[in-house]
Amino acid sequence: MSLLELVKINKNFGGVQALDDVSLTINKGEIYGLIGPNGAGKTTLFNVITGVYLPNNGGISFDQQSIVGRKPYQVALAGIARTFQNIRLFQNMTVMENVMVGMHANTSTGSFGAIFSTKSARHEEKMIREQSAKWLSYVGILTEANNLARNLSYGDQRRLEIARALATKPKLLALDEPAAGMNATETEELKLLIQRIRNDGISILLIEHDVKLIMNLCDRVAVLDFGQKIAEDVPQRVRTDPKVIQAYIGGELP
Amino acid sequence: MKYFMQDLWRRFTGNRRALFFGYVLLFVALALLPFLLSNTVGRTWVRILDFALIYAMLALGLNIVVGFAGLLDLGYIAFYAVGAYTWALLASPQFDLHLPFWAILPIGAGMAALFGVLLGAPTLRLRGDYLAIVTLGFGEIIRIFLNNLDHPVNVTNGPIGINKIDPISIGGADLTKTHELLGIVFSGVHIYYYVLLILLFLTIVICVRLEKSRIGRAWLAIREDELAAQAMGINTRNVKLLAFALGAMFGGVAGGLFASLQGFVSPESFGLLESIMVLCMVVLGGMGHVYGVLLGALLLTVLPEILRSTASPIQRTLFGEVYIDPEALRMLLFGLALILVMLVRPTGLWPAPKRRTVIDQDIVED
Ligand SMILES: Nc1ncnc2c1ncn2[C@@H]1O[C@H](COP(=O)(O)OP(=O)(O)OP(=O)(O)O)[C@@H](O)[C@H]1O
Ligand SMILES: [Mg+2]
Repeated sequence: MSLLELVKINKNFGGVQALDDVSLTINKGEIYGLIGPNGAGKTTLFNVITGVYLPNNGGISFDQQSIVGRKPYQVALAGIARTFQNIRLFQNMTVMENVMVGMHANTSTGSFGAIFSTKSARHEEKMIREQSAKWLSYVGILTEANNLARNLSYGDQRRLEIARALATKPKLLALDEPAAGMNATETEELKLLIQRIRNDGISILLIEHDVKLIMNLCDRVAVLDFGQKIAEDVPQRVRTDPKVIQAYIGGELP
Repeated sequence: MKYFMQDLWRRFTGNRRALFFGYVLLFVALALLPFLLSNTVGRTWVRILDFALIYAMLALGLNIVVGFAGLLDLGYIAFYAVGAYTWALLASPQFDLHLPFWAILPIGAGMAALFGVLLGAPTLRLRGDYLAIVTLGFGEIIRIFLNNLDHPVNVTNGPIGINKIDPISIGGADLTKTHELLGIVFSGVHIYYYVLLILLFLTIVICVRLEKSRIGRAWLAIREDELAAQAMGINTRNVKLLAFALGAMFGGVAGGLFASLQGFVSPESFGLLESIMVLCMVVLGGMGHVYGVLLGALLLTVLPEILRSTASPIQRTLFGEVYIDPEALRMLLFGLALILVMLVRPTGLWPAPKRRTVIDQDIVED
């Protein structure tokens, strides 16, 4: 069953064709890898999917509904959560508060409930606190709950971004280079975390430069090069594809 | 009542006892303050205190927009003006309308909130410097409107302003007059003080509750990173408009109270300098921190008055004559204070403390 379907997506910035007729399908329960050399258009694809950029043309459907032209918050509400390549946490809020913001999507207290501190508002607030703490412990940084986000180590900031994204209760979690800057142990822990998330029923779209991680984790991998999808297959076959090797000459793929 | 007594008893015996005593002391002190002032330094100081409370309300409103949501608004005084003129038009001989204060207060708040949304909507895509410039322009537009709305139809009396605005009256009792209750004599400024104190207290409660609510977190998230906030499913447009509306609402209430306390409004009270003054209260006190902003507002309204009344006498006793005009000295010291605070405490005198969330033990062991 397909969850996300992109049909002939094009995006150009001035003269740069960042995405060139990209079509792909992500199935429910899948870990789908997206690789490609620097500047290939991976992050641009993320931004198009999540409504940050409007594609020049092409169709996107998520859960059998077209989401082209929706605003980023609407895409988030539809069930796609993301992390950012250059971490974008709420730096001056605590770790806990960051995740509590993630709970915004699935809660409803408005200014009236807040001002009069109604029973339902207090109830919901308690639920938000409990759930947020659960997500923190899920990714393993509950002990940092009351630290400011900007004081976390790099690896923990990446994990906080994942916890915050999970708090929106997504069906699809899109991770943009989550292992960047992590050491081997942290990367291994990240791998286990991603597998656990998938086992809990959330599909994953993963951009990564760490080839080993991609090969170990993904069910299928697509390769972007100069905005074009040049391959899509199970990891073993992608790594031996001549076109992929060509694209990566001088790169790190064997 | 029984529950209340039990609650009171629990507070008394619990470990929050000290805090409770603190509140009681503060309450008593605030209640006695105007008597203390009028019996020592004179009744004008109660009036100064009244204005300080109005400014505190104004600054707390601006803090919602600038401190919480991070939207630099340089035209905030416009909402103060809207509130003041709403009161002036609905309770003065201008149109011979004399609505009671409990009716004007919500109307003024609503008008200001409406203007908050109207002026906020076109600026939603702007941030930082650009937002500041556009809001500055909007603020001036409102003032210029008020200045020129005396023709073709006379609404605001133009630059002359509106006079003889009704004071607050409760149960037919005019609050500018002196009243006697239980043998204690209350003058008008005293009663205003209590009314303002109650309204300021409500403002503080509302601000604190908003801040630690889902809405408040959404504001802070937008302040920190708008794109990431959107990725969390926050409708940034609506949440920003809410900040503009609620911020403007407090400005409107403060404006109405200002009009009725002063008995007179004119466009010149609502210039750019006023906007900047209120922004200074927010920044100096501690942007985004309710109590810091409160401190900033009280300091910046009371200290200049103290200076004004002491600068000349001190100079005369020290040097025999007045060398520096108190007004010039005031601006000089104000500038110096701002520079000093920005150098030494760039986050304000009393910045927001990091908030702690209590986490249940069973989750930790999970
Ligand atoms: N907002 C933008 N304006 C103009 N050009 C852009 C913009 N965003 C991306 N590009 C261009 O589009 C191309 C694809 O960039 P993108 O960031 O998607 O690459 P990427 O595959 O994520 O690379 P990396 O692995 O380095 O993160 C690049 O040539 C980039 O310069
Ligand atoms: Mg990228």
